[in-house]
Amino acid sequence: MPQIAIGADSYAAQFATLKGTAPAAGPLGSLRDDAFRCFDRLGFPTTRLEEWRFTNIAPIVDTPFQAAGAAAGSGREVVDALRPPRSGGPELVFVNGRFAPELSDASGLPPGVRVRSLAATADAEAGGLDALAPYLGRLARFERHAFTALNTAFLADGAVIEVDGGVLVDRPIHLLFASSSDAAPVLSQPRVLVVAGASSELRVVESHAGAGDVPYLSNAVTEVSVAENAVVDHYTVVREAPAAFHVGSLAVRIGRAGNFSSHAITAGGAIVRHEAGVVLGGEGGECTLNGLYLANGRQLVDNQTTIDHAMPHCDSHELYKGILDGRSRAVFNGKIIVRLDAQKTDAKQSNKALLLSEDAQITTKPQLEIFADDVKCTHGATVGQLDADAMFYLRSRALSEAQARQLLIHAFAADLLGHIKVEAIRRQLDALLLERLPMNGNG
Amino acid sequence: MLEIRNLQAKAGDRQILNGIDLTVSPGEVHAIMGPNGSGKSTLAGALAGRDGIEVTGGSATFKGQDLLELEPEERAREGLFLAFQYPVEIPGVNNAYLLKAALNEVRKHRGQPELDAMDFMTLVRKRMSLLEMDDALLNRPVNDGFSGGEKKRNEIFQLAVLEPTLAILDETDSGLDIDALKTVAGGVNAMRSPERSMVVVTHYQRLLHYIVPDFVHVLARGRIVKSGGKELALELEEKGYGWLDAEPARPAVASGVSLHETSTA
Ligand SMILES: Nc1ncnc2c1ncn2[C@@H]1O[C@H](COP(=O)(O)OP(=O)(O)OP(=O)(O)O)[C@@H](O)[C@H]1O
Ligand SMILES: [Mg+2]
Repeated sequence: MPQIAIGADSYAAQFATLKGTAPAAGPLGSLRDDAFRCFDRLGFPTTRLEEWRFTNIAPIVDTPFQAAGAAAGSGREVVDALRPPRSGGPELVFVNGRFAPELSDASGLPPGVRVRSLAATADAEAGGLDALAPYLGRLARFERHAFTALNTAFLADGAVIEVDGGVLVDRPIHLLFASSSDAAPVLSQPRVLVVAGASSELRVVESHAGAGDVPYLSNAVTEVSVAENAVVDHYTVVREAPAAFHVGSLAVRIGRAGNFSSHAITAGGAIVRHEAGVVLGGEGGECTLNGLYLANGRQLVDNQTTIDHAMPHCDSHELYKGILDGRSRAVFNGKIIVRLDAQKTDAKQSNKALLLSEDAQITTKPQLEIFADDVKCTHGATVGQLDADAMFYLRSRALSEAQARQLLIHAFAADLLGHIKVEAIRRQLDALLLERLPMNGNG
Repeated sequence: MLEIRNLQAKAGDRQILNGIDLTVSPGEVHAIMGPNGSGKSTLAGALAGRDGIEVTGGSATFKGQDLLELEPEERAREGLFLAFQYPVEIPGVNNAYLLKAALNEVRKHRGQPELDAMDFMTLVRKRMSLLEMDDALLNRPVNDGFSGGEKKRNEIFQLAVLEPTLAILDETDSGLDIDALKTVAGGVNAMRSPERSMVVVTHYQRLLHYIVPDFVHVLARGRIVKSGGKELALELEEKGYGWLDAEPARPAVASGVSLHETSTA
């Protein structure tokens, strides 16, 4: 198997150690075994695979990452520095993928909502994970996905959010995944499972952030089950350290008349890959995938989305926007599948990129696989620069070049910002959009 | 205030301005007329510092400074204001936000403190009522989806808030219906003062009926081919531009001075 590089062998040794020191009984144990077998078989993806054609992960494969141990790293100061603003809702903090109870606050939740660490859930009562078995490792399929397989093989901790049927959670639930390497490069593997009962409503914010100059790999997997009539609004904000790598997969299944929206903001890290895969598995479901990707320097940011219209009368709306500067590169791959039965599908996809420098690059590819005949599907992609006429107009109104750029860049992202319902995230993004731009002093 | 000497400029690859001479003193209103494509907007753009207009010769000084050396925003902060022939739509940028940012930049440059939200709104309300502007326009994105007339009114509203020393109005009348024209012209006239000069580009006597100029210049093929008092506009309205082809190009300064005497007599 030529695509297995040194990296994969080192994980085999680590997996053996894990099995020796922390054997997992029952279903979790066999899930891990299955996952590792898959990872071993698949090896890391190479650019020969269509979905990885423009994303060369050699720097990830070639770095000897060590799976984070139970008593992982950073203390309160590092976490506090990374902590995004929050809106008063509960917040669970994970350091290198491990729950840090002393840094977390899960109070203030209404009855019918359980927010726990996966480790605690597994320990809690005998068969604590049984209720989760239909979802855990089932929504995020790892058979053909090496990174998801790797995450699942080392599955030990993570966040579990369960909302009972009919319960409305009014404040967003925040999850902070802080990563950092001390001496050796760390493999941090955040894991999230959200199970939203019928007619429940909740909002989840995942922040992925990190510190330090030593690279780490944050390999995150999130599974979301949206039951009948449930509404789930999900945010991912990726602001990893400049030397770090982030690979994240969001896997969602939407039941009958369920509604799911994702807002994926990817801003920091040397290589950032975010995948969102949604199955519209019941009639009348609705799905919104929004994304904002920012890249600078030599960053590579890759967004892959798949919306699977498996049932009739479902709508999907997808809007991704990118702002690229320096010599950064971005990839956007948007796949929409409309199955034979999925009549009356309405699917819209749009990807827009703003290139701020001549050396920035975007590769964008819509992929429609339509098997039903009574459907509406539209897609479009645009790539552009800042509008010179608008720049002149603003400067003729006494704004400096830097201010004018800032305003126009912010304006480019304005519609996406408008969809963000968590005020704290919107403010964080405002700041992010401004902070990344060159300031020429006199502005 | 503004002294333009033998100004030549290219737009893209084409030589458009072929030696413009124009002197505007404080308090004066100059009208510039001329056929389509004669270079009126190019002249306005060259003065405001538009990208893509390359000055190839001559000079322009504004309040004694070399105007052509300044960045567009520096010109604006010095008090030059261009009301665009085609105001740009900028979705995602709030009109009021832009106006406040612009005003504060200008004030900072003049050594004045920034206006707080209350004082800003007081000023804005006053100017909006002067121009009978619809409140809703203030909180919409800049010019985005504005009607042609609303865009033009918004330009003059900005002028009224920013209080420049030299305002260049590029075909502000186009797109305005007759009532709007009266209102907007009223707004412009209210801004006239001994310290403030205006250059009004137009095709029609109609506007000059309301904003009465001290001088009228005709621009053709990148030169000022005739200058006169306000009655020149009437003559042009009657005869069109064709008859001017026969006339030799004349520098505007000399005639400007003598005409000034006659028009104020
Ligand atoms: N970037 C450019 N490249 C080439 N030619 C240009 C460019 N910009 C303007 N021109 C040309 O310059 C000439 C003068 O244009 P300008 O807009 O100054 O005319 P104008 O007098 O304002 O006309 P109008 O009355 O129609 O507004 C026109 O022929 C126009 O096509
Ligand atoms: Mg013009």
